[in-house]
Amino acid sequence: MKREKGYTKKNFLKGIIAENPLFVSILGTCPALATTKTIEAALGMGILFTIVLICSSVLVSLLRKVISEEIRTPAYIVIIATFVTIVKMLTNAFLPELFSTLGVFISLIVVNCIVLGRAEAYASKNNVFDSFIDALGMGLGYTLAILSMAVFREILGTGAISFGKIFYFIPYFKLQIIPKNYVLSIFQNPAGAFIVFGVILAVIAFFSNRKKEYQAYLARQEKIRKAEEAKKLAAQKAEGGNK
Amino acid sequence: MNIFISFVLAIISSMLIDNVVLSRFYGICPFLGVSRKVNSSLGMGVAVVFVIMLATVICWPLYNFILVPAGIAFMDTVAYILVIASIVQLVGLFIKKYSPSLYKSLGIYLPLITTNCAVLGVAQSNTDQGLSFLNSIANAMGTSIGFLLIIVTFSCIRVRLESSNTPKAFKGLPIALICAALMAIALVGLQGLFSGIKL
Repeated sequence: MKREKGYTKKNFLKGIIAENPLFVSILGTCPALATTKTIEAALGMGILFTIVLICSSVLVSLLRKVISEEIRTPAYIVIIATFVTIVKMLTNAFLPELFSTLGVFISLIVVNCIVLGRAEAYASKNNVFDSFIDALGMGLGYTLAILSMAVFREILGTGAISFGKIFYFIPYFKLQIIPKNYVLSIFQNPAGAFIVFGVILAVIAFFSNRKKEYQAYLARQEKIRKAEEAKKLAAQKAEGGNK
Repeated sequence: MNIFISFVLAIISSMLIDNVVLSRFYGICPFLGVSRKVNSSLGMGVAVVFVIMLATVICWPLYNFILVPAGIAFMDTVAYILVIASIVQLVGLFIKKYSPSLYKSLGIYLPLITTNCAVLGVAQSNTDQGLSFLNSIANAMGTSIGFLLIIVTFSCIRVRLESSNTPKAFKGLPIALICAALMAIALVGLQGLFSGIKL
């Protein structure tokens, strides 16, 4: 198969913007709502998720000629569950704070539609390098998406950004942005998660609608211009015939 | 009698106060994906109730009588997901054989349940918290009925939203999410319902 130029870059970037798993495909919504209370928890979730996604994509891609078509899905689920168990035990050993904050949601990476979806749709059909790049892009896109939700929720809900509670090797610091009396604690509640997610989706829809309308406008202008040109041409021809 | 009361209270609290979708965030994908029509959300909800109950009845003994004595308790996630996937497959085959009409209305939701976080989430949190068998059953019952209740209510709201005049950018999913937020706020009002009851 001949590769077009810049395919790797395109493959990497599509997971971040054009096919962002959370904001465009609306997949993996459970951890996105549950673990975005603080920026640190979201970052931890994103990192664990990316590790599992990359490992399982690479392994699925390596085994794509061994696994037969009929037992595809169960085999992928077992591969993913194995990596989730490894990641869970490592987190428990080295980052116990992260383990207790995320709780059952580390195990729930198994049933995250994105991981299985990438294994089915991409890694089972492409070579190891491409699958790795695809998984890296998707993981990064997901991490950035849940981080952006967490930034809104933490700043609006507590009025501050703090680091160092979960990643204990970073010195603890707290930056108060909004005075304590003016924070909206609803953004730390479950309801706030739904509101933030809904508003972000609405903003994305607003801009993509505008882009579509602008393109439609350009197409209409082009049509009018062409029609006028054709008219002019016809008029010129008619004049030429008269002479 | 005390056991019975605590059983009922556990069901109600995991159904309403600590609702599976709106405060624990399990099963958001089907909550958003299969709630456009009341009928399909009802089918999904009933299928989830069935699978969660069955999964709990199998996973709890599996963990406590096989995985723990064998010293491989860390394999719980792998074991649970296999159990759930096979239950879903078996239930599908069973219903297909004995009740084709039920299969027609429920069948398309069955494969989706394997990747529903609520099923694995309930099985996992039951054993993570070290609940007893009775409490696990209560948790599973409350959670699954809570899921059914919320997804049907939400689909009724969404049917109305389709014909309402919302801003263009909010059409579809965004306004539905805002409605879900309002539902979550309504359920917060039930917190502390049992704070006066002492067992």
